[in-house]
Amino acid sequence: MDSPDRHHSGQSGSPNAIVLKAERLVKVFGQKGKTPVTALHEISLEVAGGGVTGLVGPDGAGKTTLLRLAAGLLLPSSGSISVLGLDATRQAIAIQSRVGYMPQQFGLYQELSVRENLDLYADLQGVPALQRPERYEKLLHMTGLAEFTGRRAGQLSGGMKQKLGLACSLIKAPQMLLLDEPTVGVDPVSRRELWDIVNQLVRDEGIGVLMSTSYLDEADRCDRVVVLHEGRILAQGEPKFFRETLRGRVFTFAPAPGRGARFLQGKLSGTAGVVDATIRSGRVRCVFDAVPSSPDGLVSCEDCLDIKAVEPNFEDAFMAMLPHQELPVTPRALHAEEGAEQEITVQARGLKKVFGDFEAVKGISFEVARGKIFGLLGPNGAGKTTTFRMLCGLTGVSDGEVLVAGKDLRRSRARARQRLGYMAQIFSLYRQLSVLANLEFFGRAYGLHGRKLAERIDWALDEFDLRTRQDVQAGDLPGGYRQRLAMAVALLHEPAILFLDEPTSGADPLARREFWLRINGFSQQGVTVVVTTHFMEEAEYCDTLLIMSRGAELAQGTPEEIRNLVRSHANPEPTVEDAFIALAEGEIPGQLIPNGGRP
Amino acid sequence: MTFLRRVLALVMKEFMVILRDPRSRFVVIVPPLLQFFVFGYAATFDVTRVRCAILDQARTPESRELIARFDGSESFRVVRYLQGAQEIDAVLDAQQARLVLFIADDFSEKLLQGQPADVQLIVDGRNSNVASVALGYAGEIVDRFNRSWLASKTVSAGGVRLDVEERAWFNANLLSRWYVVAPLGGTISMVVVMLLTSLSVAREREFGTFDQLLVAPFTPGEILLAKSLPGIVFGIVDSLLLVAGGVWWFGLPFRGSLLALVTVLTLFMASIVGIGLLVSSLSMTMQQALLGAFVFVMPSVILSGFTTPVENMPHWLQIGTLANPLRYVVTALRQIFLQGSGVADVWPQLWPMILIAVLTLPPSAWLFRHRVG
Repeated sequence: MDSPDRHHSGQSGSPNAIVLKAERLVKVFGQKGKTPVTALHEISLEVAGGGVTGLVGPDGAGKTTLLRLAAGLLLPSSGSISVLGLDATRQAIAIQSRVGYMPQQFGLYQELSVRENLDLYADLQGVPALQRPERYEKLLHMTGLAEFTGRRAGQLSGGMKQKLGLACSLIKAPQMLLLDEPTVGVDPVSRRELWDIVNQLVRDEGIGVLMSTSYLDEADRCDRVVVLHEGRILAQGEPKFFRETLRGRVFTFAPAPGRGARFLQGKLSGTAGVVDATIRSGRVRCVFDAVPSSPDGLVSCEDCLDIKAVEPNFEDAFMAMLPHQELPVTPRALHAEEGAEQEITVQARGLKKVFGDFEAVKGISFEVARGKIFGLLGPNGAGKTTTFRMLCGLTGVSDGEVLVAGKDLRRSRARARQRLGYMAQIFSLYRQLSVLANLEFFGRAYGLHGRKLAERIDWALDEFDLRTRQDVQAGDLPGGYRQRLAMAVALLHEPAILFLDEPTSGADPLARREFWLRINGFSQQGVTVVVTTHFMEEAEYCDTLLIMSRGAELAQGTPEEIRNLVRSHANPEPTVEDAFIALAEGEIPGQLIPNGGRP
Repeated sequence: MTFLRRVLALVMKEFMVILRDPRSRFVVIVPPLLQFFVFGYAATFDVTRVRCAILDQARTPESRELIARFDGSESFRVVRYLQGAQEIDAVLDAQQARLVLFIADDFSEKLLQGQPADVQLIVDGRNSNVASVALGYAGEIVDRFNRSWLASKTVSAGGVRLDVEERAWFNANLLSRWYVVAPLGGTISMVVVMLLTSLSVAREREFGTFDQLLVAPFTPGEILLAKSLPGIVFGIVDSLLLVAGGVWWFGLPFRGSLLALVTVLTLFMASIVGIGLLVSSLSMTMQQALLGAFVFVMPSVILSGFTTPVENMPHWLQIGTLANPLRYVVTALRQIFLQGSGVADVWPQLWPMILIAVLTLPPSAWLFRHRVG
């Protein structure tokens, strides 16, 4: 900005000039012995300088492939792609010296300090020593890392790591920036800061940014959006254009007192004409396939208090755009055990975990009643998984107490784990074994055998639509089916308590909706669910939740109670994410809710 | 009943995971067979056909007879006749010959006069083992030459002469191949079992499947049992296969009892599985586990007496070998093969292996749940 050198680069990136152009771009990945996968089918697009172009789509849509092709790291199977007027196939080196590329897993050296990482990337990119102090100062100031230059990269929080990665890819003042999901798993505050940095770059230096994201709410912040789905462009344009097409098709329904939002959501999602039903800020948000003649006629007054037409957002448009599938009906076959509603199934008191001199969990307490969905919310690195592992008895407790169905799983006998279902964050079934062999093994592990085992496996294959793939090795399943198999295994023995660690991480929006509908059904049948997630909007599906940040509790209560913490004239209908940001920034004191948020 | 079903499911799963994985299958079958043949043929201390050069300045019938004895023996092969002493350096430097036999020109004169006649042997000491063995053989040839010379010339003079007659027990021809191949099955299958078991828990930890086992209603003991069985079974099958190969391919005698053999191998495999599982449950990744396995395998082979006798090691190192299970199985297998020992004879080798298994298996089971990353 202030160096003459950068003025020069600013000129080539003059606003609205085309900085990236792809024509009929095709990428096929072939692996011997396997059918080739077409990641991109004849993609044509243009990216203008001086703005942010968002690349939006579910997992496996081809976002990363497109970014890697643009960075000259992959060769196209056919078609062409050029960046800053240079051909990405033949002039890859020239492109790489002018473009900043930040992959999903940025190659930070965990053992090196912030400063040493910057030095390393400056050396790699050949930044002259004279320009460094000025460039460093600007980048460190912009990313807020100035006071942490001596800290090892491995000890930074998730958001700070992403900011350092961004700083490293900006080290030589690139003329274009390619960012691959820079905000995934990052806490909302850091996400907002990352966006501020990107916007500032666009404003000050006029560079073009192509950035992929799986957070649909971020699409509204882009100047232009390209929607990718299964390797094809579904649509592209300004976010405004997407919203306009949905005008008059989005409504929110307030549940009647005594009827939960989840009940209403279940009802509405099965209604003809509804392409999407989610819970937002306590109301059910519905997207219709066309402007409905009378949305009032859809639900009876006993279920619904009032109906409001609302401003569509990008996510509504995205869901309406996806080739639509039947949403699953409420699952059957899990028999509820009769019992008092108030019976406490999971209990934690003053839970602490210390690794060396690092306090991962700093004294957390909560209770979960039978048949309730309890959510542990927080960004990556907040201590959710550690808390979760302590609950399941997978890791020791440094201080405090955990009781699951009245027992400490770490010390109790193996029998106590019989009534537990567990789904880990990463796919943790036997990849070498077939779908069927996995189901058989885990069924037997929980003592099922004979006809009962056959019945349950039949149920799982039908319920999770796995029958056609029962002989496929679990390791060869596509992502969505892996998640289904993991869930089928967790539910095979009809557990009374379900532990789910980040079950929706990496899943596309459709799969996430399907998942929550299932969970909802199980809880209605009396299954207690403990679930962690870094998607703030998923808080709405929980009965009670605990928001964590840096190992400590920020707030606890029902979604409504948490939203109410930040309700104001300026923001009459806040989201849980708004609450998280306010809590994390200390604008309101946390832990307001007495009684541990018990219903 | 449910207990048995659960454990059976776990054991079946362990076997399936190994047998379904092409790499694990390979590790169990191919390298053991390869190593068996390579060791069986290559690892022998018998020195044969040593290249030797002759500098014969006497050129008499007597000197030619001595040379013929060298050339005719299994141990030596005459590659060159030298013309002068100046050639000795060159031929040894270039390793054309490892040994030079130098016969001085007064060799026959002195012999015929009944005086001591010297022959000089110059050896390449760079490979000290070959050198000393070759010197020994050469000494023997010269000795035999002496005796036959005496016998032919002075039949009646000396009367009754004292002569040493050597007989080696258990290995009459002192074939070093017997010495190497007898414990080979144990040594090679140790490497296989060590690899299999050290990866077993670490692989599950790395892929997250171990958590899934820990939240299921299995006790650590059940998991330990299921994790140990494949290692023990594959270990015994592998080593029995190699024992059979030793007998039928390399022609080793099997003089001991089959019961003793199976007992020794079972206990040995249990102790190796114990160490392997301890390494595995201490590791968080497969890489750490492999490193741990190699840190164990190399020293344990060297300190086992498999190649160099434990008795030759310094005293403090000999004490260290007491913790090495391979040491006991090497000794026991040689006893069973060559000496014809039964279970009672090898008992001193059995109880240390039991002790090692008892000291390693329970801590690994404890670590399943208590090792946290």
